[in-house]
Amino acid sequence: MADIELSSINKFFGKTHVIKDFSLNIKSQSFTTLVGPSGCGKSTLLRMIAGLEETNSGKISIGGEEVNNLPPKERNIAMVFQSYALYPHMTVFDNMAFGLKLEKRPKDEVKDRVHEAAKILQIEDYLLRKPKQLSGGQRQRVAIGRAITRKPKVFLFDEPLSNLDAALRVQMRIELAKLHDHLDATMVYVTHDQTEAMTLSDEIVVLDQGEISQQGKPIELYNNPKNLFVAGFIGSPKMNFVNAKISSIDQNKVEINILGSKITISKTIKSNENTDIIFGIRPEDIIITDSSDYDFQGKAFVVEKLGSNTFIYLDNEGDPIVVEASGDSLIKVGDDVKIKFDLNKTNLFNSSNKIRID
Amino acid sequence: MKKLTFTSVFSQLLLLLFVIAWIVPTFGLFISSLRDKDVLAISGWWTSFTTTEVNEIYRTKGKEDQIKEGDYYFIKSNLFDENQVKEIYRFGITSKNIDEYEVGETALFKDETEITVFENGDYVWKSKEEFKKKKGKRIFVSAKSPPSFTLDNYKEVLLKEGLGQAFLNTFAVALPATLIPLIICSYFAYALTWMKFYGRDLLLATIIASLVVPLQMCLIPVLTIYNDFGALFGVSAKSYPGIWMAHTGFGLASTTFLLWNFLKTLPSEMIEAARVDGATHYDTFIKIVVPLSIPSFASIFILQFLWVWNDLLVGLVFLDKHPSEIILTAKLKELLGSRGENWEILTTGAFVSMTVPLFIFFSLQRYFIRGLVAGSVKG
Repeated sequence: MADIELSSINKFFGKTHVIKDFSLNIKSQSFTTLVGPSGCGKSTLLRMIAGLEETNSGKISIGGEEVNNLPPKERNIAMVFQSYALYPHMTVFDNMAFGLKLEKRPKDEVKDRVHEAAKILQIEDYLLRKPKQLSGGQRQRVAIGRAITRKPKVFLFDEPLSNLDAALRVQMRIELAKLHDHLDATMVYVTHDQTEAMTLSDEIVVLDQGEISQQGKPIELYNNPKNLFVAGFIGSPKMNFVNAKISSIDQNKVEINILGSKITISKTIKSNENTDIIFGIRPEDIIITDSSDYDFQGKAFVVEKLGSNTFIYLDNEGDPIVVEASGDSLIKVGDDVKIKFDLNKTNLFNSSNKIRID
Repeated sequence: MKKLTFTSVFSQLLLLLFVIAWIVPTFGLFISSLRDKDVLAISGWWTSFTTTEVNEIYRTKGKEDQIKEGDYYFIKSNLFDENQVKEIYRFGITSKNIDEYEVGETALFKDETEITVFENGDYVWKSKEEFKKKKGKRIFVSAKSPPSFTLDNYKEVLLKEGLGQAFLNTFAVALPATLIPLIICSYFAYALTWMKFYGRDLLLATIIASLVVPLQMCLIPVLTIYNDFGALFGVSAKSYPGIWMAHTGFGLASTTFLLWNFLKTLPSEMIEAARVDGATHYDTFIKIVVPLSIPSFASIFILQFLWVWNDLLVGLVFLDKHPSEIILTAKLKELLGSRGENWEILTTGAFVSMTVPLFIFFSLQRYFIRGLVAGSVKG
């Protein structure tokens, strides 16, 4: 079994403290995604697991064995890089066989393993080509194939799909998911693309400035973000944030002032009256209404028709409010739109420390 | 079609200018080296493709060759040596009037002998009395000389003047003096680029700094050290290993710097992928970096080889002048002193010394064009 245990890891680049006392347990055979904006330390973390980057302090163990001082090849890992990192002067076969040949495996075994991997990835026809004769998607398959042939217990992916075009990215995403079902290996995946994180992962770890912001199942993070950062990062288009104020708290009901109107939410919150809060609601939890009972009225200044649904951007002081409507919505730019919030789906955050309070 | 802009036209013209400025003297040198040494001294190489007119002086044979036919004495012979192809169209018998007679006409000397000169140089000299002088008469000839080329200069220069030996000596200097620094600098540049060790940046800075130190400045100190070092083992400082080491030392900074410049453009993820695949530094170097660096190895090889090949200073200081050690440039310099007026030897020698650089350049030039890294990363 190959669970990965990181405990109290610290990493400095010069004086910059990029990974701050980081602890994480990645379950064996899970698909765990490290996600976060660029510069949050997710790639550094992955490279430290791989052994390409040294840790300043802390302990990394893979499958119960401490690997801090082991070189990459003794860690039982394989890594797929963003730029594919193929060896341009070798054929696809040689690229995939490189690691096995270095291990001095018998020729037959090398051949079998490469063909096996090529079959899984459907690149058997290209084995004798050079990387430059392949398309981006094929190259990425070769890079994954190179990882598979060595049968590692842990796969590390460093933004493997970010160089591909949108259509190919969706296709490769599905294949990665299939691959994870097929291989009994732990996969750690780094991306800044929250869609990839949502669709692929068993577990998502959201990183912010070298620390875990929240960790959990994708849908848990989506529905219950622990703080403003996660709420804003997961979901596309992102959650609407509106400044508001608590006007009164009554047992398990709270009344807040928002956008000039008052709404009452049936929730127990950890806050006091008269505190400033941030009210968050996802675009699909906003209802367009014609009745006089509405929470906000705004002018539509952008209407994005995606076919299956429509995103309407309403004018508001500060950030615009994004509303999701059905695909056949007739609202045009310039229309006045009245909306009502679905009060079961609200997220309330303390505006000073950005922590969820409901 | 690319648009014609001022800059593109200008750069094309500039290129053309460079090409002409390089081709013309090279070609001229080559032609000159193939010309007859007498012609070479009096006319430019560009005249050698057309039939040229020359005025020459020849001397007839003397009394030993006379024969008697009837009442008259004759001397019949040819003005030219063998192998000379010239066509006479006028001749004369006095220096005042060198083209007085048409070919085939008969000229009368003061002593009343008559001479007739024909187109191909044959002449008939006729006299009533017996020829008494040992020396013949001077004949002035206007002749047309068709283009003619010869390899005699090369034979002479390579075999008799010792340039052939110097050519081999230069090879014996240049090949090791190119390969040794190339091998050392490839390891060195790899370490500087892909290995982490204490003082790496300082080392790199030292190399770059040493690029600006002029060779002349350390020539004598190095030789002194060599002398002491050689004396320790009882060998002369002036020897082949000595000059190999000297060239290695002088060339190492620039070759390392050039290769380092190339190596750091290799994608670092590729090197890391090799590490994850289980490659040691040595594996990575031999199996990944070297195959991908062949084009830059080739260009560095060319640079260093040409530098060593054309070098005179280091060769003069670190090698003796006896035939088994003298290098081509030093030999040419020596010839310039001793045979300065023999243009055929100098032009031929110069061209011999150019052949290798030319060959190297033309045979390795494809490495300048080929980009081996294509296909490694996105693109």
